[in-house]
Amino acid sequence: MDRTQCCVQLSVQPSRALVDERFVILVEKAPPGFQLSVRALHQCEDGHSWEAFGHYISDATGTVNVSQDLSLGGTYSGVEAMGLLCSLRPVPGSKPGLRMRKKDVQAPMMVTISVYQGHQVEGFVDQVPLASVVVERWYVAPGVRRIPITDHGLTGTLFLPPGPGPFPAVLDLWGGGGQLVEYRAALLASHGFAALALDYLTAKVIRETGKMVEDQYFETAYKELQKHPQIVSSRIAMIGLSFGTTMTLKMAIYSKVVKLRCAVCISGSHVQPIEKSVEEILSSFNDRADKTRINEENQVIWRDLLLPIPTDPSLKADVGSLQCPLLLVVGEDDQNWPTKESAEDIQEMMERAGNSHLLTVLSYPDTGHLIEPPYSSHTRTSNFKPVGTNQKVTVLWGGQMAAHARAQEDAWKKMLAFLRENLYGGRKASAATQSNL
Amino acid sequence: MQYAVAPILCVQPTRALVDEKFKVLVKNLPPGRPFTVRSLHLSEDKDYWEAYGHYVSDHQGELSVRDDLSFGGTYTGREPMGLLCTMCPIPGSRPGLRLRKKDVTTPMLVTISVYSGHEDHRDQTPLASVVTERWYMAPGVQRFPLQQSEVRGTLFVPPGPGPFPGMLDMWGGGGGLLEYRGALLASHGYACLSLEYFKPGELETANQQYSYFETAFNIIKDHPQVNPDRVGIFGLSLGSAVTLNLATESAIVEPRCVVCVSSNNIFSRDMSIVTAYTNLSKCPVKHDENNCEVWRDVVLPFMKDTSNNIKVEKIRCPMLCISGCDDQNWPAVEIVDNMMETLRAAGKDHLLTRVDYPDAGHLIEPPFTPHFRSTNFLRSIAQDKVLMLWGGQTKPHSDAQEDSWRKILSFLQHNLYGNDRP
Repeated sequence: MDRTQCCVQLSVQPSRALVDERFVILVEKAPPGFQLSVRALHQCEDGHSWEAFGHYISDATGTVNVSQDLSLGGTYSGVEAMGLLCSLRPVPGSKPGLRMRKKDVQAPMMVTISVYQGHQVEGFVDQVPLASVVVERWYVAPGVRRIPITDHGLTGTLFLPPGPGPFPAVLDLWGGGGQLVEYRAALLASHGFAALALDYLTAKVIRETGKMVEDQYFETAYKELQKHPQIVSSRIAMIGLSFGTTMTLKMAIYSKVVKLRCAVCISGSHVQPIEKSVEEILSSFNDRADKTRINEENQVIWRDLLLPIPTDPSLKADVGSLQCPLLLVVGEDDQNWPTKESAEDIQEMMERAGNSHLLTVLSYPDTGHLIEPPYSSHTRTSNFKPVGTNQKVTVLWGGQMAAHARAQEDAWKKMLAFLRENLYGGRKASAATQSNL
Repeated sequence: MQYAVAPILCVQPTRALVDEKFKVLVKNLPPGRPFTVRSLHLSEDKDYWEAYGHYVSDHQGELSVRDDLSFGGTYTGREPMGLLCTMCPIPGSRPGLRLRKKDVTTPMLVTISVYSGHEDHRDQTPLASVVTERWYMAPGVQRFPLQQSEVRGTLFVPPGPGPFPGMLDMWGGGGGLLEYRGALLASHGYACLSLEYFKPGELETANQQYSYFETAFNIIKDHPQVNPDRVGIFGLSLGSAVTLNLATESAIVEPRCVVCVSSNNIFSRDMSIVTAYTNLSKCPVKHDENNCEVWRDVVLPFMKDTSNNIKVEKIRCPMLCISGCDDQNWPAVEIVDNMMETLRAAGKDHLLTRVDYPDAGHLIEPPFTPHFRSTNFLRSIAQDKVLMLWGGQTKPHSDAQEDSWRKILSFLQHNLYGNDRP
C-alpha cells in the first residue's frame, strides 16, 4: 500500500477514561478486506514496556471496529472490546516476573494504540504504523481529592469524591506484599465512596518500632473515617484482598469498635487462629511453610498452607456470628490461597448458624488470585517478596487470561453494586444471592 | 429534607472532547420529587456561566438528563447536552459576553450539581456535585506556535507518524488567533494551522498580500507529516471569503476541499479587506430593540453589485457551505443561493453541498458550546465596541452546531481520508 496515498483514520473513544470504562477502537478508510494489526503499547512507571495486539480484517467499507469484529489472533482472539488492555504483557526480552501496578494515581496511564499493515506478531517497534493515537486511562475522576493520612500513627491515603457529601466510606486493604497501594481506593472514590487505602504491614510505625500492628491500628483507621465531617459514620465498609481478607474478617467479627455496614473479601480465607494478634496470625501461616509446593517452572504455590480447611472452630473466623452482608470473590484457579475451599466452608458455617442470607459468593472458573479492577493486565505469575522475609520468589497466582479478564470485569461491576446497595441504600441487609459463574 | 447520605451523581465520561456527548445520572434520590441539575463554569475571563434543568425523579429514585424531560430552567424538553448548550452568564454578569477557550492545552472545567426542588438553587448547597473536563485537544496532539515566521498562527499535529491530511483554519472579522477549532480538528486526525491574519481592532493589518494566505497554506502542505495532496481549508464569515479566494484564484494553492460557515463571496481578492469593510460601514446600520447592530440588511444591497464577487465558478474542489437561516449579521443563505446559481451556470453545482439551518444564527461553532444571539464586538473600522446581533434561537442553533459538525467531519473524512480515487 502506497503510504503517500493511503490515509487510514484511527480513533479511540473515549480518549480519556477511567480505567474501568470501556472504549471503542475504530479503524476507518483502510482498503476493504485488508489485513491489519491493532496494537497497544504502554510504558509503565518503572520503565518496562508492555504490549498487546489483535489481528483483524477490514470490512467492505474499509472499517475495523474492535468492539464488534473478531480478532483472528495475537495476544487475544475473538470479539474483545478491551482485549488490547486485558492481554497486555511485557514486550519480548523483558525481565521475567513483572507485574503492572500504578503508583502515582494522580497521573493517567498512557497507552498508545496503533494500527499496522498485515498480521504481525513481532517487530512492531521496527515498523512505522499506519496510524497511532494516545489514550489516557485514569484512576481518579476530576475533583477527587487525595489526602495523605499520617495522624495517630497511621500510614494511609484517603480519597474523597468531589462534592459536599456526606459520603459512605470504605477501608481498603491489600495483601501480604505490604506497601501503600492506592489505585483501588482512588477508583472507589471516583465512584462516590470515600476510600482509605491503608498500609498495615510496612507502615511507618512498623518500620520505626520493629513491631507489627495490633487490632487497634485498624480501629484507629475506622475511627478516623467516622470522625470525618464528609463521611457518614454509620456507613463504613471494608474491602480486603488476600491477607486483607483475614484482617477484614477479624475486624468485622471480633472488633468492638469496628461496626461495618458490609464487607468485601477477595481471594482470601477465614482460616486464621482467632483472638490472636496480627503478628501471631502471620507466624501461624509461616509455620506451615513446609506445605509450599514448587512447580516445574520454579513457581511457588502457597494454596496448600491453609489446607485442609480445619474443623476446629478456634482455627477459623466465626463467620456464623457475622452481622453484616459479606461479598466473597473467588477465583477457582487461585494457586496462592485456598479461596474456593474457604468460600465453601464459609457458606456451610453460615448456613448452620442461620446467617447465610448475608452471604453472596461470586465464584469464577479459570480465575486466579489477583482479582483487580477491570481492563488491566492479568498476572498469572510474578516476583514477590512477602513482608518479613528477604527472599524474592516467583509466585504462581493462577488464572487463564481471557477468563480472568472477564471475571475482573464482572466482579468489579458486582462489587460496586454491592457497595452501592449497602452503603447508599436502606438499612435492611440485602438478600443473599449465590452465583457460580 | 435531611439526607442521610448524598445522592449518587455521575457524569460519563468524566473527561471528554468538547464535541463528545455525556450522560448525567442521579441515583439514590427520594422518588417522585423535584430536583434541579445545574452546570457551572468559571471562564478564563473570570465570568461564571451556568445552565440548569428542572427534573422530577422516578420511582427508582433516579433521574437521567439524557432520557428525562426538563420542565424548566435554561432549557426544557429532552436535552442530553442542554447543560452545556444553554449556558449563559449568571445574573449580574457584564453584558454581551462570549465564551471562547483561549488556552486549549487545558480543559474547560464544568461542575455539575444537583439541588433539591425547582426554586432558586443559587442559595442552596448542592446535594451532590462532580467535575467534568471538556477538552479541545485529544491526548497526543501536539501544539506548535509558529516561530520566526511571517505567518502568525499555531500548528496542531495529531499523534502518530502520519502522513495526515491538513487543514488551514480561519475565523472572521473579529480577528485575533483562535486555536480551539484547529485543536479539535487535529483531535480528529487533521494537521491543522489556526491562522491569525489581523489583530482584534486592527483591521489595517488585515491588508495582507494574498501571498500571506498562500504561504500559510504551504506551511501545512509542506509539513513532513502532511500529505500534500490532501489539504483543505476551513473559513467562517470573513474567513470564508479568504477561503473562496484561495480556492478559485490562487495559482499556487490547490485545496482538496473547502468548508465555509456563514459564507462570504463578496470580498474578492482584488479589493482589500479594509476597503470592503470601510465601504460597508459607510452605510447606516440598523439597531434592534436591544441596541444591537444588525449588519445583515446593510450587506444585502452590496450584493447587487456583483463586480466584486469572488469568481466562484473557478472553483476546482468540493465545497461544503453551512448557513444559519436566522443569520442577522450576514445574509449567508442569500450568498449561497447566489453561489449556487453561478455554479449551476458553469455546470459545477455538483461541487457544492449546502446545508441551511432554520433559526440558526451566524456563529455556528463546534457542538455543545453555548449559543450567542448577540455579543460585544470590537468594530475594527470605527474602533468602538458595539453589541453585535448574530441571530439564532438557542435550541435550533445548538442542534445546527451538532448536526453541522458531524457533517463537516464526514465531509472532511470523505474528501481527505481514504485511498485516492481516479
